[in-house]
Amino acid sequence: MNQREPILKVRGVDVAHGHTPVLHDVTLEVGLGEIVTLIGANGAGKSTLLMSLFGLPRVARGQVVFAGQEITALPTHRIARLGLALVPEGRRIFPAMTVRENLVMGGESVNEMVLERIHGLFPVLHDRAGQRAGTLSGGEQQMLAIGRALMGRPRLLLLDEPSLGLAPLMIRRIFQALREIVVEGTTLFLVEQNANQALRLADRGYVLVNGCIRMEGSGAELLDNPEIRRAYLGGH
Amino acid sequence: MPRKLWDAVLAGVVALLLFVPLTGVSLSGYTLEGHWQRPLWLAVGVVLGRLLLGWFLERRQRMVGTTRRPGWITAWIDDHRPYIVIAAVIGALLVPWWIGKYWLNVAILALIYVLLGLGLNVVVGLAGLLDLGFVAFYAVGAYTYALGHHYFALSFWAAVPLGAMLAAGFGVVLAFPVLRMHGDYLAIVTLGFGEIIRLILNNWLEVTGGPNGLRVPFPSLFGMDFGRRASPGHVTLHEFLNIPYSNEYRDIFLYLLLFLVVCGMVFLVRRLRRMPLGRNWEALREDEIACRSLGIQPVTVKLSAFGLGAMTAGVGGVFFAASQGFVNPTSFTFLESAHILAIVVLGGMGSTGGVIVAAVVLTVLPEVLRDFAEYRGLLFGCAMVLMMMWRPRGLMGIRRARFHRSEVG
Repeated sequence: MNQREPILKVRGVDVAHGHTPVLHDVTLEVGLGEIVTLIGANGAGKSTLLMSLFGLPRVARGQVVFAGQEITALPTHRIARLGLALVPEGRRIFPAMTVRENLVMGGESVNEMVLERIHGLFPVLHDRAGQRAGTLSGGEQQMLAIGRALMGRPRLLLLDEPSLGLAPLMIRRIFQALREIVVEGTTLFLVEQNANQALRLADRGYVLVNGCIRMEGSGAELLDNPEIRRAYLGGH
Repeated sequence: MPRKLWDAVLAGVVALLLFVPLTGVSLSGYTLEGHWQRPLWLAVGVVLGRLLLGWFLERRQRMVGTTRRPGWITAWIDDHRPYIVIAAVIGALLVPWWIGKYWLNVAILALIYVLLGLGLNVVVGLAGLLDLGFVAFYAVGAYTYALGHHYFALSFWAAVPLGAMLAAGFGVVLAFPVLRMHGDYLAIVTLGFGEIIRLILNNWLEVTGGPNGLRVPFPSLFGMDFGRRASPGHVTLHEFLNIPYSNEYRDIFLYLLLFLVVCGMVFLVRRLRRMPLGRNWEALREDEIACRSLGIQPVTVKLSAFGLGAMTAGVGGVFFAASQGFVNPTSFTFLESAHILAIVVLGGMGSTGGVIVAAVVLTVLPEVLRDFAEYRGLLFGCAMVLMMMWRPRGLMGIRRARFHRSEVG
């Protein structure tokens, strides 16, 4: 069903926080240029899966392959330099630094072209370049977090709940920006609780229940699935 | 209002409970004498102080929400920054020629503390690693010179780079096991390390001389001595320059040299803060997970901060040993670490200017107030409390970006 060459392959991965198992035998793939989403309830292990791709925490069993290279045991910073970028849950910008400084942190050196592209995507980041990042609104901070992750010109962008705590209008704007990012050639892997928005945006989706992949399919398929509608979309 | 009164009365009662046994009874011969007015007056003072404090805090509360413009002092400093820096540099260069030998020594000590403050500021203020054992690296520097001279006839000029390297080496070695810890745990480990170094210096009698300490010679300038008479094969400075001998020359020389080192350090920190390394320090202080996800390796970044801080302390230590002419372990107690930390906190974490001012104030003020030496601790404590209320971010907290449209980008 997926003809595209996979950029990320997760095979039979188990992850535990200490002695508490969180993920069990998770297998999924993200194709080059795709938007893939992982939806699931609170505590299903979505964020843990994303973080474990970065080795925080380490995968206990299984294999993670990024762009043909196994990254299961690589140190976090090396993984990031391979072209995998994360927009962490809760944004995690540097509040005391300026907007521009935050962006600069994202790349090893300042690439003006990339910076311009990000400013084009989120003009507010240009307008507020000299402002303390902590004084931005939640939506603007999310834009900053995404912009910061894009500074390293990642091939695959991982997003952990970009819609968390944002107003509907802001969510729409951010999802619109995500579409543009994909058009420009970055693959997206998106973890969301906001299943409705995420499945509309995504080419394919996975459903995570209690640490196991329960279902997979195209975005539209999952949107129409009655079980999913009942469990994650509030039945409408 | 009644709430404030109630707080004040409560504080008074607690003060009374404390002061009665502390100040109300004194031993006279074999009998106890009561001085009941003393605790009473003290308690009254506490009540009044608490009332004032309550009033102050209330006023502050009311100010929350109103936009607070920077005071005229801040504005003036901002407007005249280059002039202030030039005036300070010229002033600092002229100072040793005016003041007597005693104050010159105080000034040298102040400069050493400025150096230590700047070093710790990198570790605590910029990288956010709470280091309570900073004095260990100071001790490493001082003993590098002392032991190096004792056993290998090391000169001052060789001791400065060697002390810096050794201290940085110790810093990196300590940092490896320590860096996986955060906050309080890090503070405790560094505290322990500081004590270990001091105890080794104190107890390894055969090598360090223990509490008896070691004598340290004074530095020379291009092979010229500062003494009255030259050691064999050397020339003294006053003979070379054909000027009358004065034992102040060596102190002035040390002061100017130290001033140069401090300027170098200020410059280095300034540059580093604009470079990726400095930005990484600050970013790591704010959010380690975010940093990792951006491809920054926290260990290297922390190591560099720790190493640079330790190196600065090492240089400070060599200068300390040279200026005192003698080292022993009592100069490197935990209290010294606390003093340096106080400089950084009072000056404003991360603020170079603040740290310099705080170091000078905290070194010179106790000397000025020597007549009140018994009350030094009390004054110091009060100053700390007031500072934390009045300017919790330090004398000159770092002001980074303000609200303005920027021309960058």
